[in-house]
Amino acid sequence: MAKTKTNTEDYLRMYRQMVRIRTFEDNANQLYLSAQMPGLTHMYSGEEAVAVGICEALTDNDRITSTHRGHGHCVAKGANFKEMFCELLGKEEGYCRGKGGSMHIADQSHGNLGANAIVGGSMGIATGSALRAKLLGQNDVTVCFFGDGATAQGLLYEVMNMAALWDLPVIYACENNGYSEYTKTEEIAAGSITARAEAFGIEAFKVDGQDVLAVNELTQTLVARCRKGEGPFFIELETYRYHGHHVGDINREYYRSKDEEKDWKENRDPIVRFRGWLVDQGIATEDEIEAMNAEIEADATQAVAYAEAAKYPDVSEVDMHVYAD
Amino acid sequence: MREITLSQAVNEAIAEEMRRDPTVFIMGEDVAEAGTPFKVLSGLVEEFGTARVIDTPISEPGFVGLAVGAAMTGARPIVDLMFGDFIYLVMDQLCNQAAKQHYMSGGKLSVPMVLRTNMGATRRSAAQHSQSLQALVAHIPGLKVAMPSSAYEAKGLMKTAIRDNNPVVIFEDKLMYQDKAPVPEEEYLIPFGVANIKRTGTDITFIATSSMVQVAEKAADILAKEGISAEVIDPRTIVPLDEATLIESVRKTSRAIVIDEGHQSYGVTAEIASRLNEKAFYHLDAPVLRMGAMDVPVPFSPALEDVTVPTPETVAANARRLCAGEMIDAA
Repeated sequence: MAKTKTNTEDYLRMYRQMVRIRTFEDNANQLYLSAQMPGLTHMYSGEEAVAVGICEALTDNDRITSTHRGHGHCVAKGANFKEMFCELLGKEEGYCRGKGGSMHIADQSHGNLGANAIVGGSMGIATGSALRAKLLGQNDVTVCFFGDGATAQGLLYEVMNMAALWDLPVIYACENNGYSEYTKTEEIAAGSITARAEAFGIEAFKVDGQDVLAVNELTQTLVARCRKGEGPFFIELETYRYHGHHVGDINREYYRSKDEEKDWKENRDPIVRFRGWLVDQGIATEDEIEAMNAEIEADATQAVAYAEAAKYPDVSEVDMHVYAD
Repeated sequence: MREITLSQAVNEAIAEEMRRDPTVFIMGEDVAEAGTPFKVLSGLVEEFGTARVIDTPISEPGFVGLAVGAAMTGARPIVDLMFGDFIYLVMDQLCNQAAKQHYMSGGKLSVPMVLRTNMGATRRSAAQHSQSLQALVAHIPGLKVAMPSSAYEAKGLMKTAIRDNNPVVIFEDKLMYQDKAPVPEEEYLIPFGVANIKRTGTDITFIATSSMVQVAEKAADILAKEGISAEVIDPRTIVPLDEATLIESVRKTSRAIVIDEGHQSYGVTAEIASRLNEKAFYHLDAPVLRMGAMDVPVPFSPALEDVTVPTPETVAANARRLCAGEMIDAA
C-alpha cells in the first residue's frame, strides 16, 4: 500500500466510508432481490477505493459529477443513508423527493451535482462547473467520474479539449472496471485510455483503484495543483465491479468468468486490503473494526426500515419542479 | 422613438445584462472578435474581454454541456448556437441534461442558461442551414422557448431569458437581423407567456410566430382592402404559451389560422390549433387551419425554396376561403 501523511482519523474515516458504500449496496441489492425497490440499480461494490480515495481529497465546496453507478460517489461525498434509501424507493424524503431515483441521485449540499443515466452525459456539466469556478474566481475543483465505457463518447474529447485550452480545474476520473456494460473494454477501446487525454496535453495518471491510499495520495496532489491553476488532469483507476452491469445481470458467464470475479474479490478487495493494513499498522484492532462494521450495518438496517415506512410524495407533486421560479 | 435593428437589439440586451450581472457570460463559435457570422455580437469582446465572451471550438455538444454545468453551479451562461439546425447536435445536453435537472433533483438544482440560435428559410442556405426547429424543443418539459418577431421583442425577451432560472431557447429569424423597429432607450423587459395583439380584427385571427408575424400582418393588409378584418396575435413565447389571449381572440372572431415556419406536421401550429379546438370549439365557424413550412427538407433552388413557406398571399387566400365557408384541404 502506498504511504500518505494523513493521520489516524483520516484512515479510519476512509475505511468507514468504504464499508458504508459496500453496506449500502448490499442492502440496495437485497431491496431489489426482494422486489421492494422499483426499477433497477447499478452496484458500486468493488470500486469503493476509487470514490473514497478521491472524495476524501475534496471539500464540500468541491463538486463531483457521478454516473449511473453512482451510489458510491454519493456516499463518499457525504450523503446520508436515510435520504439515499428514501430516494431509491421513490419516497418524499429522498434527496430528490423521489423524482430522480438511483440513476439521478444528487446531493447539492455536499457538492454532488448528480448521477447521470446517459453514459458520459455529465462530462460537459463537470467541465462547465470548472469553467464557472475559473470565471467567477472561485477555487473549488470539480471531479468528473465516468467509466471506461464512457470513453467511447465523443463528448469526452470535446470537453477535454476545452478544459485543456482554458486550464480548467477539473479532474477526469475514469473508473476502468474492465467492462462496458456487457462487453469487455478491450473490445471497445482501441489504444491506451490515458494517451487520449495526453493528446490534449493533459497530464494523465494510471493508478491501482483498489488501493485507497494510492488513490487518495494522487488525488490530493492533483486537487492542490488544480487550485493553483495547473489543471485539468486525467486519472485512469483500475478497478472491478463485483456485480453485473445492473442488479438484474445475474447470469454473466458469457462475458466474464466466475474465476475472474473470485480472483478480484479474494485477492484485491479494497476493503479487505485496507483493513489488513490498518491492523498491521496498529491503527485499529480487529475488534474495533468489527464494531465499526456492525455500527454501519445497524445504521443501514435502520435507514432501510425508515425508507420502507416513509411516505411516497403526494400525487400533487407530479408537476412540481418542471420549472424553477 | 429611435429605431434599431434586431441584431443591435440582441447585442444591447446581452451587453446590458452582462454589465448588470457579473455571472453572465456568452460562449459559442466565433462570438468574440468575429462577433458571429451575422455580426450580432460585435463589440462585446471589446467591452467584456475574452474571459466573458468565449470563442469555443466547433464542439456544440461540448460547449452546451459546459453551459449546463456552469449554470448549475452559479453562473448564467448564454450559448450561441450558430445555426438552429445544429440543435440536433446538442439534443442530449439540452433535452436530457439542461431540461431535466431541476425536476430530477426535486427542485434542488437549476439551470439558468440561454441558448440563442436562429431559424428561417429563404436565405438560399439549403437543407442544413434553413430549418425552424422550435417544435423539437417546445416538446420538452423544462425548456422555455421564445420567438421574437421584431427588434423590440428580441431585446425584451432576451433580457427576460437571461434573468430566468430555467433553460431558455431563443430562436431569432436570421433574415430579420437587419430589420429595424422602434426600441426605447430606457430599460424594459417583456414577460414570458404574454401574447401581443399586434392588430385587432373581427373576422379571423392569425396567430403567428417570429417572422410569420410580418407575413400575417401583410396578409391582414391585403384582406382589409377586401373588407375582411383580421386580428394578428404574436404569442412571443411558445413555452409558456398565453393560451387565454389566443382563445379569447378566437371566441371573438370564430376563425383562426396558426402560422409558424416549422414543418407543418407535428408542429407548433398543430399544438396551438389543437388547443383552440379543445377550448374554443363551440365558438368556431370554421376549422382552425395550420400553416407551416412544407414537409420537405428545405430545397436550395430559389424556385423551390420560396414555395415551402407561408407567404402573405397564401395566408390571405386561405383566410378568404375560411371566411367564405369553404373547406380547405390542409396540406
